[in-house]
Amino acid sequence: MNLTLKVWRQSGPTDAGRMVTYKVEDVSPDMSFLEMLDVLNERLIIEGDDPVAFDHDCREGICGMCGMVINGVAHGEQRATTTCQLHMRHFEDGATITIEPWRAAPFPVVKDLVVDRSAFDRIIQAGGFVSVPAGSAPDAHSVPVRKEDADSAFDAATCIGCGACVAACPNGSASLFTAAKITHLSLLPQGQPERLTRAKAMVDQMDAEGFGGCTNTGECTAVCPKGIPLDTIARMNSDYLQANKK
Amino acid sequence: MKFVEGPDIRDTKAPEGPIEERWEKRKFAAKLVNPANKRKLNVIVVGTGLAGGSAAATLGELGYNVKSFCYQDSPRRAHSIAAQGGINAAKNYRGDGDSIYRLFYDTVKGGDFRARESNVYRLAQVSVNIIDQAVAQGVPFAREYGGLLDTRSFGGAQVSRTFYARGQTGQQLLLGAYQALERQVAAGTVQMFTRHEMLDLIVADGRARGIIVRDMVTGEIERHVADAVVLATGGYGNVFFLSTNAKGCNTTAIWRAHERGAYFANPCYTQIHPTCIPVSGEYQSKLTLMSESLRNDGRVWVPLRKGDDRAPGDIPEDERDYYLERIYPAFGNLVPRDIASRAAKNVCDEGRGVGPGGLGVYLDFRDAINRLGRDAVEKKYGNLFEMYERITGENPYDVPMRIYPAVHYTMGGLWVDYDLQSTIPGLFVIGEANFSDHGANRLGASALMQGLADGYFVLPTTIGDYLAAGPFGEVDEEAVTEAEGKVRARIERLLSVNGNRTPDSFHRELGKLMWDYCGMERTEESLRKALERIPELRKEFWENVKVTGTAEELNQVLEKAGRVADFFDLAELMCLDALVRTESCGGHFRAESQDADGEALRDDEHFAHVSAWEYSPEGVPVLHKEPLEYEYVKMTQRSYK
Amino acid sequence: MASSNGKKAVMAVTGAVMVGFLVLHMLGNLKIFLGRESFNDYAHALRTLLEPIAPYRSVLTILEIILVVSVVLHMWAAISLARRAKQARPVKYVAKKSQAGGYATHIMRWGGLTIALYVVWHLLDLTFGVVNPKGFDSAPADRMIAGFDPSRWWVTLIYLVAVVLVGLHLRHGVWSAFQTLGWANRARYKALRATASLLSAVLVVGFLAPPLAITFGVVK
Repeated sequence: MNLTLKVWRQSGPTDAGRMVTYKVEDVSPDMSFLEMLDVLNERLIIEGDDPVAFDHDCREGICGMCGMVINGVAHGEQRATTTCQLHMRHFEDGATITIEPWRAAPFPVVKDLVVDRSAFDRIIQAGGFVSVPAGSAPDAHSVPVRKEDADSAFDAATCIGCGACVAACPNGSASLFTAAKITHLSLLPQGQPERLTRAKAMVDQMDAEGFGGCTNTGECTAVCPKGIPLDTIARMNSDYLQANKK
Repeated sequence: MKFVEGPDIRDTKAPEGPIEERWEKRKFAAKLVNPANKRKLNVIVVGTGLAGGSAAATLGELGYNVKSFCYQDSPRRAHSIAAQGGINAAKNYRGDGDSIYRLFYDTVKGGDFRARESNVYRLAQVSVNIIDQAVAQGVPFAREYGGLLDTRSFGGAQVSRTFYARGQTGQQLLLGAYQALERQVAAGTVQMFTRHEMLDLIVADGRARGIIVRDMVTGEIERHVADAVVLATGGYGNVFFLSTNAKGCNTTAIWRAHERGAYFANPCYTQIHPTCIPVSGEYQSKLTLMSESLRNDGRVWVPLRKGDDRAPGDIPEDERDYYLERIYPAFGNLVPRDIASRAAKNVCDEGRGVGPGGLGVYLDFRDAINRLGRDAVEKKYGNLFEMYERITGENPYDVPMRIYPAVHYTMGGLWVDYDLQSTIPGLFVIGEANFSDHGANRLGASALMQGLADGYFVLPTTIGDYLAAGPFGEVDEEAVTEAEGKVRARIERLLSVNGNRTPDSFHRELGKLMWDYCGMERTEESLRKALERIPELRKEFWENVKVTGTAEELNQVLEKAGRVADFFDLAELMCLDALVRTESCGGHFRAESQDADGEALRDDEHFAHVSAWEYSPEGVPVLHKEPLEYEYVKMTQRSYK
Repeated sequence: MASSNGKKAVMAVTGAVMVGFLVLHMLGNLKIFLGRESFNDYAHALRTLLEPIAPYRSVLTILEIILVVSVVLHMWAAISLARRAKQARPVKYVAKKSQAGGYATHIMRWGGLTIALYVVWHLLDLTFGVVNPKGFDSAPADRMIAGFDPSRWWVTLIYLVAVVLVGLHLRHGVWSAFQTLGWANRARYKALRATASLLSAVLVVGFLAPPLAITFGVVK
């Protein structure tokens, strides 16, 4: 396959950035999207150009490090798939592909397609945990958990923190990310004691980071590689409003 | 490559006495740090995987001043996150005869009698606490309808002791540790440094006193000093280029520590995982593991006849060779990883492999689907099947999966004593980065167990014994400056070569060489060839590598080049270690050492020891042996027939 | 209330007030089919609610104040959330493709704005009679029938567009309110969306029936 890539290039946080066009030839349909970019980068290095910087690590769809907006869709149009798991067989030969970084004020561009997502860590710091020092835990079987609750908690807990939800949201909201963690812990008995304080602290931190508000468009869950459901946001709202009543 | 033999090395921290009392004894004997003093003690933890993340969180919770470093943009990205299958624990919730002793026994045997009994027993003891800890943190393990935890049997175990969270156990456990870590960051006990790569260890007055790191965003070289340094930087499987590791996994941290005096133990022990998706082309950048749990229901086979290129569905039952079931009737498809991997290699070498290049075997779910129904199979393995289809474009419900072994885990690592302290005082090494608990082969679902055991329970106790003598005062400025200067010089050098080849092209070539000559099967000839080729390739690297950009910016080419440079040195030591160990054991198979059936043949008389290598700047490493004694599990030749 | 979630809750609650108003308003409008008398009586009754306990027009005024406050708060929350969204994405995408179906969700903001503008016109026309042929001092039914006279077909057209926009706004808004207040979940989504669509459809039909009937001469 031969492709034309239009890639966002930005040398650093203060650079204005621009789209640059590259041709990539002899792309195999079995390549992953990132392997296709590897090929481009290998060529750029030999030519003495700066290769396109992009974040990636596990390349098996679980670390959440990779992420780019491909043809206007976070992680590309293939549903429930991270960029690293997107394969070139889903593109037409001769296609033009635009590649942009996640765009959100709380995710400033570091370089090219690399953005700073430390805002997510700070949201977790605000309360995305159960306070339990090592060694103090009771026997794992002392508290049974309804299977349905455990399964739903797991569904929410599969969030990989990639930030696609923010990238796709017309408001630049981090609600799905925040709600996923709140829901995960809110559904389990272990998460109950801190349930309301957690919801309040995390939502307030999300605001403080400068993310937009949720308008329930559902764009986030549509691009989420793990399919985190939208009703996690309802649960977050419920916990948050309850916390504010107290 | 030359080497010399030095005096034996001993683990002086391991307590004596009945094995079940040793950890208690050590805990009691370890000096305690006055709570008021903890705040004055600084600890650096490098790496934020299961081991590093849990260690930093726990040390912070205990009141130490912790600095935590990772090269990723967030501590949550560490590659522990990719572990699929599960975590072992001797809970015996099933009442199926499991016990701490049995887990200990299985692990020593599974490690092919090349692990320390004391360490393994402690691991089995602590395993129980890990599950409690994780559940209390809100890790959503799989549960049964009664609300209790579900378990399954896993890779080579005949009891059901593996706890799991669908196919994402590593993710859930890591997020538990990550959340505990972020909680400490918020509490101010841990300072987090993301996108920082450790490039050297500061050793002053014979103690590990800090690290030199590069801020990967600005390129700034920073010095961080402390009273103790903990390395939790994972394994070095990426020396093979293609592995199931994350792209960023590297050996730099432990290799620099090795250069500073930490012994490197058993570098040749490499685990080749039997169930990975085969290579599809030259451009391949990594290999993806399919959880070993698939072997619980999938049947492994190849065509009986060589060169049979019919579609799998067209090959009748009597023309299929379910070779694992045939050769190992007792364990069948559930034999340990090393055995399953080599069996796959053997049938492919016979020309019976399937898929592109004949490098693959079938993992067939047809019978499981017929027996359990498609829904039940989907419930158990749905996400794995999806992942397979996403990568290969083939639907495993209709056609059998194709799998092939791939480098997965490295049992070798920096030598540590019972306290997890390396040969440099004040340098502790935990998780995959050390060599301690798995011997020559790691059992499935044991890596998560070891990482968390080290981080939550073992290190926080043992490091106190060392820190009780601290704080250790000002760090000798000269030592810091020297380390920093060395780091800067090396970066300068990489940038100044300006040759014609990319770091990746060297890495690929090195990886292929290692896979061919020091991979699933090693011979004296292949290893000698590798030892000849590696220095040549390294020379070419330093003369012809091209690193674009500057040192003062985010420069992924520079990062890569630095890591590849260290892989060359490590590769050489791996081959040397493999050459010296003329026996076969676990993940190290020497073709010269096999029995009549082609099974690995250990040589306990000459090799019942840990090979701990001391670095030599002159290129003549010193081999120290730590003899291994087995008081509880009698050494036998492993048999899974 | 200052947080983005708080503002969303404000939108949900004020939205609910307005929906309640719309339902009553629509029911009132439909009285026109029972004759001018009936419609005028209804309009009068609104002003004399709870008399003689409460003075003339007091209950209506209270309701009007609640309504106006709701409108203002709804708009305030919407504007500040929109501004927040703009700040959250200072650099726009070169290419952007929506992945969530639902045309209604994407027109909330300018749809809301259009409705607001329409409401101004609507008040000037039928409440204050400023732009109505019959003027302020006329019976409500006269204003209504004159307002949608066939000669003023364009008024009917404006009304039609506005009511359809209200319908679309509510189709997303109603279920969104449930989500915002945390009363939605996976099991209820289908029912909630159906309820929202049904309610919107009923309101659109209910509001369109009188003007269309007048314009086409069914009601004189």
